[in-house]
Amino acid sequence: MGAGLRTWLNVGVLSFAFVVIIFYNGMIDGWNRQARHDTRGWEVGAGQLWHPEYDRYDPFSFEEAHAELSPDMQPLIKRDVLVPVLLEQATMYPQGRMQGVVLKGIRADQKLLKLPTGALKSKDDGVLIGKRMARSARLQTGDRLLVRWRDKNGTFDAREFTIARIFDSNVPTIDNGQIWLSLERLQEMTGKVNEATYLVASDAYEPTDKGIWEFKDLDYLLADLDAIIQSKKGGGMIGYILLLIIALLAIFDTQVLSVFRRQREIGTYIALGMTRWQVVKIFTVEGSAHSILAALLATVYGIPLFLYLDHTGLSFAMAENTDITIADTIYPYYSLGLIVSTVVLVVVSATVVSYLPARKITKMKPTDALKGKLQ
Amino acid sequence: MENSFIIQIDHLTKRFPVGKGYFTALKDISLSFGRGEFAGLVGPSGSGKTTMLNIMGSLDSPSQGTARVMGQSVSELSHKDSARLRNRHIGFIFQTFNLLPVYTVFDNVEFALLLQKIPSARRKKMVMDALEWVGLTDKAHSRPNMLSGGESQRVAIARAIVKKPEILLADEPTANLDAENSHHILRTMQKLNEQLKTTFLFATHDEKVMQYLKRKISLRDGRVEKDEVAETINL
Repeated sequence: MGAGLRTWLNVGVLSFAFVVIIFYNGMIDGWNRQARHDTRGWEVGAGQLWHPEYDRYDPFSFEEAHAELSPDMQPLIKRDVLVPVLLEQATMYPQGRMQGVVLKGIRADQKLLKLPTGALKSKDDGVLIGKRMARSARLQTGDRLLVRWRDKNGTFDAREFTIARIFDSNVPTIDNGQIWLSLERLQEMTGKVNEATYLVASDAYEPTDKGIWEFKDLDYLLADLDAIIQSKKGGGMIGYILLLIIALLAIFDTQVLSVFRRQREIGTYIALGMTRWQVVKIFTVEGSAHSILAALLATVYGIPLFLYLDHTGLSFAMAENTDITIADTIYPYYSLGLIVSTVVLVVVSATVVSYLPARKITKMKPTDALKGKLQ
Repeated sequence: MENSFIIQIDHLTKRFPVGKGYFTALKDISLSFGRGEFAGLVGPSGSGKTTMLNIMGSLDSPSQGTARVMGQSVSELSHKDSARLRNRHIGFIFQTFNLLPVYTVFDNVEFALLLQKIPSARRKKMVMDALEWVGLTDKAHSRPNMLSGGESQRVAIARAIVKKPEILLADEPTANLDAENSHHILRTMQKLNEQLKTTFLFATHDEKVMQYLKRKISLRDGRVEKDEVAETINL
């Protein structure tokens, strides 16, 4: 195989590594941005004020995690700067089956979260459920649903509700096993008048001392989401690192062969007055030039591909069956940092693997090199 | 007197490891070369000509004895100093031309000047002058694979001479050339020797080259058999 063809094969594989790395990380970053945006819009706002007993992973904590909303919070609630949410464990009986759920009370006229709470105003006994919940419980808009709960004295009570609206959200944590209803109704049902479990804050909220309520910022509230995305990122890395290794091995192999085949040339360089390290530098630069060519080639077919994906996105229709926040269509996000770091990663790696075989030149005897003798 | 010699070889011995023992390529050689000599190491294959040339070119070092080139002991030079010595003071011509195939004739000749960091305009003039000496200005932008053997060797001469070195070492420079080209090359070298006062040292067993030498050092089995000044020179 000629050196030219070998070079272009190396450049081709390396350019593919460039494109895959940028594509994959662009998708993850796009998903990350979209998931954070959706989770903020649908669930966590700009932060939350939690009752100290509240533990979002422990439904038993809901029993104790409620407190009265103080008078100084009322103007903020009225202006939608804070949106109180009350939680209550319950059991629902859709078509005679039994299923544990969480009742979530929220003001029908809130505008802070994207939840279509306006639908709660249309029917006195109306509730909202998400599409996942509707699918798992086989419920449709207009269906009647029996729900049983305990009031604050521990007494069981039950009531029938009507599904007022099934909402479509990419955020499963506000959907699965949850029934949203009017805050006032839930307060009345449970006897927890003017109480809430947590309050969702808007961007206009300035975290100040609000008595027992503890402010949780976005870093805290989105930590799980970040962890999931990071783990996906780590898993995907294996794929493109393998691709990168294949490309780098090809460059390494080419360099070994090049140093072996071009001994006479190496000897000539030394005879002309180059130091051995200067010759090593020539070979290293030649090897790392593969990565520069690969970057150029990657722009030729990568940029149109990335622009197309940026326009159409990539469908993740199956994602709605998962428990992670992911939209049906993900739009990749290519940051300058991603592109620069990818180029640096590939160029530095290619330079290192080019340098390693070229180092052998420093051990060569120039007289043997001039004869092209196997050393 | 001693200072007028640019190469001084004193009781030089060179051994190469072979298996568990050694092969002695040069045995107790003492020689001196002055400025502007046109001399040759002659002898059959294996007599030690190329080894001697390599040591004088600072590409190799003696096992015993000393070799001083431009007043510097070859065996005491660091890699860097050795490279500087070759770059500034020594030109090489090889049997196989050893032109860099991806570069043009101009680039090949310019290469040694790039290492000396000579400014571009001056470099260009020096390269064109060197190509003029060997009669190849019209081939400046050709690549080595477009040249004949004779032309390739003339490019190699231009590359060696462009930096105006004190010493030019030529290892079997005519071995790959026909008679006509050989004489052409040798006449070019002779002319350069006279004009530039460069010391030319050949390693050869080619009778055609021997006709041109002003001094002939015959080597046999690593020893100097004869060191004679030629009576008539082919011009």
